[in-house]
Amino acid sequence: MPFEPVILFFILGLFAGVVRSDLKIPGVLYESLSIFLLLAIGLKGGVELARYALADLVGPALIVVLVATLIPLVAFPILHRLGGFARADAASIAAHYGSVSVVTFAVAASFLARIGEPAEGYMVVFLVLLEFPALLIGVILARRTVGKTKWGPLLHEVFSGKSIVLLIGGLLIGWVTGAEGIKPLDQLFFALFKGMLAFFLLEMGLVAASRMADLRRAGPFLLGFATLMPLSAGLLGILTANLLDLSVGGAVLLATLYASASYIAAPAAMRIAVPEANPALSIGAALGITFPFNLLIGIPAYHWLAIRLKGVI
Amino acid sequence: MNAQLSLRKLLTIVCEADLETLVVRDLKALGARGYTITDARGDGTHGARDAAWPASANIRIEVLCTEQTANDIVEHLKNRYYANYGMVTFLLDVQVLRPDKF
Repeated sequence: MPFEPVILFFILGLFAGVVRSDLKIPGVLYESLSIFLLLAIGLKGGVELARYALADLVGPALIVVLVATLIPLVAFPILHRLGGFARADAASIAAHYGSVSVVTFAVAASFLARIGEPAEGYMVVFLVLLEFPALLIGVILARRTVGKTKWGPLLHEVFSGKSIVLLIGGLLIGWVTGAEGIKPLDQLFFALFKGMLAFFLLEMGLVAASRMADLRRAGPFLLGFATLMPLSAGLLGILTANLLDLSVGGAVLLATLYASASYIAAPAAMRIAVPEANPALSIGAALGITFPFNLLIGIPAYHWLAIRLKGVI
Repeated sequence: MNAQLSLRKLLTIVCEADLETLVVRDLKALGARGYTITDARGDGTHGARDAAWPASANIRIEVLCTEQTANDIVEHLKNRYYANYGMVTFLLDVQVLRPDKF
């Protein structure tokens, strides 16, 4: 199967990182690109959302969020009891896996566009809704040994974090202006999107390569978790999509959301709320293994599964 | 010493960029009148901090203050952050103009 070109940029970044190239994407470019991508994804979702009646989405959104809470709740005992991870580490990793990766979602959307598989436009709403519940669950899971959690700074970190502000902001702007109104901006936000995504993935390849070293110290259990967890969560996503009667494309996107692990919102929130957790473990697993796994194997696998399981449930 | 110059402490804190909001709030609560923050990267016991993305970025916070305030801040930082976060703190004697500002 020919590779999605943006994925080749990711592989280039990985390669540059592994051979210790002096290639370095400045931190400001990472920030700029992530702002662009979050806004563009929000805007695109908002424009699509304008075609639907919001009231029809409340029920599906509730189901999607409720089912998603299973992910951190199942991941935590697996890591804590089976994997022998400390409570704080298990809770933090569970929160990363319960939350979502915006860029993995973007790659899945461009995968669907390339193979001509349509998907429901309102999936971006689910992306926004799935960002934060797992972070709160993670803190509650960690709390028993953490003592008194200061919820104020955590809630502030989660809800005023740039990913939520830009996604919801873009969603609202796109929704208010609609397809016609957004036209003056569509060259920048939609036509250039894939190029920007390619740049961002080049950078993520570099960062992922540097995280893989952390994982070697973490041992095989986390490695297994970081590949089996997304596969199981992806399957859960496809079954949930079938329950909601989504298209095959919609099922792939929901599977990708469930399967992906956050590395923008979650690391910052967990660092503040669960200080005892070692970020090398959660970020190493989420970014060093699960992110590349989803890009290279997961997304095509969810598509394969979604076609075969269509109509099941 | 120049008659216009007074002795103060320069407190430098190098820490994870994620801590900025928390540490700045602590500094103000403990009596710091101002501070300067710069982006930083480096290497140490927490491994390379290359600032390639936010989770691996450091900041350097500099505070000019009285010895008492500096000691209060150092004590608080040690208790609050040293166990779980990457943080280095050091104090220098410096001479400043307009000592009432610090």
